[in-house]
Amino acid sequence: MSAGGPGAQAAAGGGPQEHLEVFEVFRQEKEGGPMVHGGNLLAPDGELAAHYARELYGRRQESVRLWVVPRSAIRDVDDPDLLQPPMDRSFKKPVGYSAGIKQKLAQARERAAGPEADGA
Amino acid sequence: MNDPARLQAFNRHVASGGKVEPGDWMPEEYRKAVGRFVEMHANSELMGVLPEREWILRAPTLRRKLALTAKVQDEVGHAQLLYRVAEDLGKPREAMLADLLAGRTKFHNVFHYPTRSWADVGIIAWLVDAAAIVAQQALRESSYAPYGRTMKKICWEESVHIMHGRDVVLTLVNGTARQRALVQDALDRWWGPLMQMHGPRTDPAKDRDLAWRIKNKDNETLRQEFLNVYVPRIREIGLEIPDPELRQDRETGRWHYAEPDWRELYAVVTGHGPKSAERLAFRQLNYEQTQWVRDTVLAAPEVAA
Repeated sequence: MSAGGPGAQAAAGGGPQEHLEVFEVFRQEKEGGPMVHGGNLLAPDGELAAHYARELYGRRQESVRLWVVPRSAIRDVDDPDLLQPPMDRSFKKPVGYSAGIKQKLAQARERAAGPEADGA
Repeated sequence: MNDPARLQAFNRHVASGGKVEPGDWMPEEYRKAVGRFVEMHANSELMGVLPEREWILRAPTLRRKLALTAKVQDEVGHAQLLYRVAEDLGKPREAMLADLLAGRTKFHNVFHYPTRSWADVGIIAWLVDAAAIVAQQALRESSYAPYGRTMKKICWEESVHIMHGRDVVLTLVNGTARQRALVQDALDRWWGPLMQMHGPRTDPAKDRDLAWRIKNKDNETLRQEFLNVYVPRIREIGLEIPDPELRQDRETGRWHYAEPDWRELYAVVTGHGPKSAERLAFRQLNYEQTQWVRDTVLAAPEVAA
């Protein structure tokens, strides 16, 4: 986990771009859809960043919403110990049950259809 | 920094289809290789609008003018996106533009040639963009994830350009004999550069960009894919491809063709093409004329009293 997000350095230090900040752009293709990362841009402030984002990611009416976020505000979490722990977590997922369940269902059906199961 | 175990793990990761994000650790050589690759791509998008731009004022109808203007705007937009991807790897945009203008970095061979008639605009948008999209579609799977994501957006826009180009060409071939002749003449001139565009056959085993999956297909594979789809599409509308050796092997499906002029390719991309100097001079002029915009935007913020 790192504070300051992916590649926390702002723009190239010094030089003519030192007053610019990196903004990450997320876009939504249709109402209700997920916000998907599009790319990033350099801008001196949020207002211009929004204009650049519109020009680069909304020019063709391909987006209904944009999120323009300073990269420094993103907290990047990719630690596998947190996200992909090596323990067996199959009990949390459908796949953890799919292997045994067919056999158990077949057995239960067979039992239900058997002679002593007809309630007589 | 490059300790061998870390490097080995990185190589394994990308070789097995793993992706790299900007904040991830990567070997310096990988960072440089991706940067160089994307920078050249960005340069090509930026310079690629100049041959087409010349035809905006001469477009035959208002709709064509709008479409061509939108295409030029798209390509500059692609340059913006790609320079940003390259910039994120460490080289500032100003340095990339300075290197381009000084001829220290390259752009694609096809953008060093003149556009002689409106038919050239059709052939460029249809076939140059088609040859490019074959490569770009493969780049969507690049190991450098921001590049791959950017290519998805770019491919989507390029597919519109190809339709626009094909529509221009079809309109012309359905027109007068003189219009058909214009298209054939454009194809005759563009075929050589098109065949050179993907570059000479290389040994995939020696290509580090392939090993790192910065790109996923070698030059000859891309050229074969282009020929496979586009030779039939060119021939079915009555155009003749100016290569008497061009034929497809029935058994292997591979295309045989006259050896492209690699010396021409090398001369052109090193700045000795028919329009290289003129286009760079125009870009330089444009750069100077827009300096005031950069000065304004890049100036230190003024604190209100």
